[in-house]
Amino acid sequence: MKIERREFLKLGAAVAVGLGGGLTLDVLTKTKPAAAETRTDVAGTRVSSKALHAKRWAMVVDASKFKTEEDFRRVKEACVKAHNIPDFGPDSKHQIKWIWEEPFERTFYGVDDPYLPEAIKKENFPVMCNHCENPPCVRVCPTQATFKRPDGIVGMDYHRCIGCRFCMAACPFGARSFNFVDPRPYIKDINPDFPTRTKGVVEKCNFCMERLDQGLMPVCVEASNGALVFGDLDDPTSDVRKILDTHYAIRRKPELGTGPSVFYLVGGGGAGA
Amino acid sequence: MLEKALSGSRRYWAWIVFLLLLILVGFLAYMRQFEIGLGVTGMSRDVSWGLYIAQFTFLVGVAASAVMVAIPYYLHDYKRFKDIVIYGEFLAVSCVVMCILFIFVDLGQPMRIMNVILHPTPHSMMFWDMCVLFGYLLLNFIIGWTSLGAERKGFPHPHWVKVLAYIAIPWAVSIHTVTAFLYSGLPARSFWLSAIMAARFLASAFAAGPALLVIFLLILRKVSSFKVGKEALQALAKIVAYAMIANVFFFLLEVFTAFYSRIPEDMAAFQYLFWGLDGKHSLVPFMWSAAVLALLGIALLVIPRTRKNEVILPFAMAAVYLAAWIDKGVNLILAGFVPNPFGQVIQYAPTATEIMIVIGVYAIGLLILTVLYKVVLGVREERA
Ligand code: SF4
Repeated sequence: MKIERREFLKLGAAVAVGLGGGLTLDVLTKTKPAAAETRTDVAGTRVSSKALHAKRWAMVVDASKFKTEEDFRRVKEACVKAHNIPDFGPDSKHQIKWIWEEPFERTFYGVDDPYLPEAIKKENFPVMCNHCENPPCVRVCPTQATFKRPDGIVGMDYHRCIGCRFCMAACPFGARSFNFVDPRPYIKDINPDFPTRTKGVVEKCNFCMERLDQGLMPVCVEASNGALVFGDLDDPTSDVRKILDTHYAIRRKPELGTGPSVFYLVGGGGAGA
Repeated sequence: MLEKALSGSRRYWAWIVFLLLLILVGFLAYMRQFEIGLGVTGMSRDVSWGLYIAQFTFLVGVAASAVMVAIPYYLHDYKRFKDIVIYGEFLAVSCVVMCILFIFVDLGQPMRIMNVILHPTPHSMMFWDMCVLFGYLLLNFIIGWTSLGAERKGFPHPHWVKVLAYIAIPWAVSIHTVTAFLYSGLPARSFWLSAIMAARFLASAFAAGPALLVIFLLILRKVSSFKVGKEALQALAKIVAYAMIANVFFFLLEVFTAFYSRIPEDMAAFQYLFWGLDGKHSLVPFMWSAAVLALLGIALLVIPRTRKNEVILPFAMAAVYLAAWIDKGVNLILAGFVPNPFGQVIQYAPTATEIMIVIGVYAIGLLILTVLYKVVLGVREERA
């Protein structure tokens, strides 16, 4: 395990160096050999030997690159498809949302400044689970059905969840959805590689842990044309760290101390500029 | 002793049949929810807890009926409570059973409830709440049942029952405290994120529990052989009065902190309760009714003339009880979700199915209470 981990860190570093500053992370996945061996890890799940590892996965949202509805649609649809997310219609009380857009005043509720530039006030931002460093959702879960992995990802065990919804009350970011009814009839086309959920359990964005374990970047990151950057927050050479070192990024509700792992570049002049 | 519940007047049986019918209706409604999911309720992504959790929270408080008679009787040897201690304890039993049922009907995957025990999680307050509630249920049932058994045979209570009764007193404090901790430790909900929450829960419990007990004792006086004494009633009424004053006082402390500090997030839920927010005001009538009922109840209990008037007393108790119910069984939980984490006001209204399930659970509680009270009456009539 240890040797493997070190190898991956080296690999990660090499890739990061190779990328320099300007390339999108798509390259990373494309440089992977197609056929990845799989093995079974301690927990009994099959993990590719190509799995990507990190001490703490994080994401930087370059809001300047989310301009049109199409920019959001591409990202949302990739996620919906990959994760069998049902569609109950936009006005349903039972909506399931993993990644979606909200205007500035909702995304950053509390940062209510009337003198912000119009452009920012009108801007939309993608929101999702922040994979918090101190996740209150994990703290309150009475069955450990939601848990924090060593790589910082906050995951869900849909088979253990009893549907008490304590985590929904505890999440300060509205990141969680509950299956009020059986979602299966509302899934457009089922992706057989990802589980569908049953009624009565909670779900949310999982930072594509199933893809990271196969050596792939999150599907939204891939679909974002570089607007979402993903990497290891603990690694000073990672792409996310390079952006954070040189740009002013904000997080949602930092004052609550949950330590979100999603950062936002706000107000144009994003990472690419 | 249970056989005592099997013989009774026609009125008794009519009441039992009525409760069974309500339970049947609630059960059928629950079957529908079980089949379709919690989508049959009014809850949503934004208001993810509704009437069920609110009733649970409120009834944990009513279970304080036991401790508020146990403290004077066991700790201060207040003899006038000797005959009513058991009614307080059995009311607590029925309340805790309802609490557990309300949690159960609120679960999305009720068949997995054992996961809470299979994967015990000490960092979750839910785990501790389960522990203290089951403990409190057992304590009250064992204490009540054993002392009744001893009374039937004309023996004094066994010594260990007294030990359990002492344990039950701090235990009662724990159920309100831990239930408050479910809410007061969440960074997400500023309406609940308040250090005084546990104190509010205790005060409201110490008012609502004995208030309901007084109402039941007055009913028993009318329909049964048990005639509660004037002094016992007055002592309970004073307990209710003090506790309710503390409860209202604690609430006003919250209001002061929110509005004097003028922190928008802290004010939002109170604004929603008192005047409505963003043009939405479904809880405003509840809030003002609770305010009027609380002040009315306190006034009637503080003024000696009205408190001592046993015609007025049940109305005073009902006013306090209803005010506490609105405060905890409606407003506290629902307003906690306003505004949502995005600053939007999303309202909730229960569905008919949901209300039928709530009524069904209350009917189960009343049935348990009726049977237990009937056993007490039967045993005591036999000895008289
Ligand atoms: S954003 Fe919400 S659901 Fe995601 S880790 Fe943080 S508290 Fe949990």
